[in-house]
Amino acid sequence: MLYILCPHCGLRPQTEFSYGGDATVKRPELNKEISDQDWDNFVYLRKSPRGKHLELWQHISGCRQWIKVERDTLTHEIFTTYKASENT
Amino acid sequence: MPENFRLDKGGLINRNKKISFTFNGKKYFGYEGDTLASALLANGVHLVGRSFKYHRPRGFFGAGVDEPYAIVQMNRNNEVDPNVRATEQELFEGLEAKSVNCWPNVDFDIGAINNFLNKFFPAGFYYKTFMWPKSFWYKIYEPIIRKAAGFGAASIKHDKERYEHKYEYCDLLIAGSGPSGLASAYAAAQNGARVILAEDKSRFGGSLLTSDVTIGNQSGQEWAEKIISELKSMPNVVVKNRSQVFGYYDHNMLVMSERVSDHLPKTDKYIPKQRLWYIRAKEVVISSGSIERPLVFGNNDAPGVMLSSAAKEYLKIYGVLVGKKPIIFTNNDSGYETAIEFKKNGIDPIILDTRKKASSEIIKEAKELNINIKFSYVVVAAKGYKKVNSADIARISDDKKNLSNIENIKCDCICVSGFWTPSIHLASQSGNKTKFNEEIDAFIPSQSKQKETTLGAANGVFTLEETLKTSFEKGSELSKQITNKENKVSVPTIVEKKSSSHDKFWCVPLPEGKNYKRFLDFQNDVAVSDIQLALREGYRSIEHVKRYTTLGMATDQGKTSNLNGLQLVSDVENKVVPQVGHTTFRPPYTPVSIGAIVGREVGKHSKPTRKSPMHYWHEKNNAVFVDAGVWLRPRYYKQGNENLFEASKREAKNVRQNVGVCDVTTLGKIDIKGPDAAEFLNRVYTNAWLKLPIGKARYGVMLREDGIVMDDGTTTRISESHYHMTTTTAQAANVLSHLEYYLQLVWPELNVNVVSSTEQWAGAAIAGPKSREVLQKLFPDLDVSNEGLPFMGYMEGNLFGVHAKIFRISFSGELAYEVNVESDNGNYMWEKILEIGKEFNIQPYGTEALSTLRIEMGHVAGSELDGRTIPYDNSLEGLVSKKKDFIGKRSLRKSAYVEVDRQKIVGVVPLDKKTSIPEGSYIVKDAKAKLPNPKLGHVSASCWSVEYDNPFSLAIIKDGKNMIGQKLFAMSPLKNKTIPVEIVSSHYVDPKGERVRS
Ligand SMILES: [Zn+2]
Repeated sequence: MLYILCPHCGLRPQTEFSYGGDATVKRPELNKEISDQDWDNFVYLRKSPRGKHLELWQHISGCRQWIKVERDTLTHEIFTTYKASENT
Repeated sequence: MPENFRLDKGGLINRNKKISFTFNGKKYFGYEGDTLASALLANGVHLVGRSFKYHRPRGFFGAGVDEPYAIVQMNRNNEVDPNVRATEQELFEGLEAKSVNCWPNVDFDIGAINNFLNKFFPAGFYYKTFMWPKSFWYKIYEPIIRKAAGFGAASIKHDKERYEHKYEYCDLLIAGSGPSGLASAYAAAQNGARVILAEDKSRFGGSLLTSDVTIGNQSGQEWAEKIISELKSMPNVVVKNRSQVFGYYDHNMLVMSERVSDHLPKTDKYIPKQRLWYIRAKEVVISSGSIERPLVFGNNDAPGVMLSSAAKEYLKIYGVLVGKKPIIFTNNDSGYETAIEFKKNGIDPIILDTRKKASSEIIKEAKELNINIKFSYVVVAAKGYKKVNSADIARISDDKKNLSNIENIKCDCICVSGFWTPSIHLASQSGNKTKFNEEIDAFIPSQSKQKETTLGAANGVFTLEETLKTSFEKGSELSKQITNKENKVSVPTIVEKKSSSHDKFWCVPLPEGKNYKRFLDFQNDVAVSDIQLALREGYRSIEHVKRYTTLGMATDQGKTSNLNGLQLVSDVENKVVPQVGHTTFRPPYTPVSIGAIVGREVGKHSKPTRKSPMHYWHEKNNAVFVDAGVWLRPRYYKQGNENLFEASKREAKNVRQNVGVCDVTTLGKIDIKGPDAAEFLNRVYTNAWLKLPIGKARYGVMLREDGIVMDDGTTTRISESHYHMTTTTAQAANVLSHLEYYLQLVWPELNVNVVSSTEQWAGAAIAGPKSREVLQKLFPDLDVSNEGLPFMGYMEGNLFGVHAKIFRISFSGELAYEVNVESDNGNYMWEKILEIGKEFNIQPYGTEALSTLRIEMGHVAGSELDGRTIPYDNSLEGLVSKKKDFIGKRSLRKSAYVEVDRQKIVGVVPLDKKTSIPEGSYIVKDAKAKLPNPKLGHVSASCWSVEYDNPFSLAIIKDGKNMIGQKLFAMSPLKNKTIPVEIVSSHYVDPKGERVRS
């Protein structure tokens, strides 16, 4: 079970969090025309890297903040965690 | 009367407390402090089971977790416990156990015929033998295998025992209380670290309990006792016996299973049988020791052949002789220690040493005791079927290839020692890259991946002096990093006998013309010949050899067999062991009961149960409950002998005719505040929100980014920048996370806060043509007329002294209101509503009537918003704004979403107006079409329309828009029904929606 450093609360067990997928995906701006291809890529297309991955987790049983976690998908090593507002 | 193998004195058992127990229906006696194994051996019982494949007789091989044979089935506390290792089960008064894997009984086992047919059971026999003819599989092979194979039989009853989980944090977790565990725990504790010391056995001390050493001026055992009692008295130390650390997981999370009550006749009330500990440790010390390796020779699985260390343990801890005429067969000095113990207790052993010559303090002592020692000698084969009665022994040539002087000598046990294998399982599980140590012919931990350190014999260190020295140091060093304190511990003087080096020889060649089975894996019956065959058949990778032969795959996970198997593969392959590599160790180190893993999360505790503040009123008034997510909701209120159908019909009808009240507390509620709240809602919902006036509610639909409907509900503007959102019961948590996601990550510039307020409010829906009259009496000071409180209006009021929020919203399609009060006042409100409503014939209604009312009105719910439908499918396209952008809007342009014959919701009525349509039925054009019959869609919800008194269903079907009036068929292959139906509008009752506005 992972041990995740919530930047707001400290080290907390994985069971307090829920996973939110790739943190590098940027939602297209509202009210801006976008091609079918670009929209589909945003909705569906995700990389599944072996190794470092910047991902979202929500501390649902804690502060309820969404955070960014840099994790190795192979070894589960967690390198850094960031607040939602922080630049990675 | 069985022969007595118990010594008159010695051992750590309590001879003042005699204990009776039964094994295979026969009564025996033992002492407090015995294991089932030691007590049986004291009674001369060596035959305890049958092997897995050949059903050969099985005795005891070890004295602890490594035991591959002595697996028994226990009856305890009126529960069955299969697959218990007799070497670990402590004796208690009245213990009942029996053998497994033998039928009809252990003395006459029909499966043993496999032993004589063993030509047909070679490596890979499962894959080869039972492949054909196929028809034989079901009728002949499988039933026989099922009956004759496998170990204990699990109970088919509910397990009434209690199991618990515990979460713990510590600075150092130390697995194993032998010399390295005790020393490192002691040093760490002196530095103020929070320490958990776990010992699998009931007694602490590990090898110190049986070894002949002096620490300071004490014996090993005395020293262990002193350290343990000191540790127990320290507030920063938790000391646990009967506790096996069996799994090493990510980020230094370890799991330990504690046998809390297994050693007692029954589990006390409120005490668990076992407890599973989840331990997050800053540092882990693995002090799990080592396991003696067997030597391999003919019939080396016969009862009476066992590890020499086990024989020593039975002697020194339990005062039990495993035999009175022992052969000690060894390739190192450890066997001598066992021989010396026998000799000291009046038994004359003979030592067969594979080495040409060797000298050391231990060997010298054995010689001085006049023990018969034969160098360059081996056991060729054990003789005796149910118990060893003699052995063929021989001289072995210097190159270890040839046998000579074969002779038969009488014996009643053969104690083998093939040197020691460090228990690297936990280190390997942690991701440690282990390395092969040539000196000890075994793998030891090397590069750590996590915060773990392996010490002592588990690290391949076999001298006490070095073990204690490094363990004190490491315990101090690791804890100092955490506590920043250092209290030096001085290492005591140690006296131990020095050993000479071991012989790498371990597998005795077959004598000419003999075809003895020489076993490697004692539980799965894998012999030397099986590995050789697998290699001949082309298997190379050790992982493949393992799976093909089942080497090391039994419940003991090859604790005694792995290394010899590797040796053999490398010998045959002419490789060195490190090239072959070992198979991966995975948790659990020892078997864990499913009950312990599940813990308390069984039956009604498998998920939390949420109850509304009115729950006890419902209970008192004959509510029949239904699970709605984690909530318990009244499904209907039973009157007299009513069934579900009758009761729900009565309740729904009363809403249509008079007035009903329904507990809607479970609806999700989210409080939304902030200057940008309107803008936020406008982006979240598909319809327009910027112009909603204060004191008004609006129905809204929200999508996921892929255009699928996520949830629906009403949101009310309470004040300028304060909104009250409702969600469906099921989606409440998801919607909150969804809102937080957009506020925190996508549009952080919006000044909005959201918080769940589901539990803060109790809700009651008052619905029916007479609901206004009830409301007026509840709030006599308020103007609740159609003008004063119009449809989708909101006001606050005082309900007999209690603050209330009143929403004029309707799910039933009738004139209706929802009243919310603070949760603590929920029951008060509920009782007031029923009291006031009495004169209007108010009745409570449950979820079944609620469904009926919404279905016949064509209101969608979870069964339509099932994660596969877009707004159009639910006839909600009118709520999709064309002007503004919102979450998921861009996806609605996808070609599949705009096809002209896109699926849409319709109503379905059976032509006979009698036959109810099962939910999930297919709608098809032609009931007799060839299979697979193309389906137009499915029935999402069904009810008995109380308005028209006939069945009515909702369905989502292809081109639903143009299907109204068509005669089609509803088919339910599950219920074997084909029902001719007519497609009608989904708004079956009050299609213009006049009632809600009346
Ligand atoms: Zn947090």
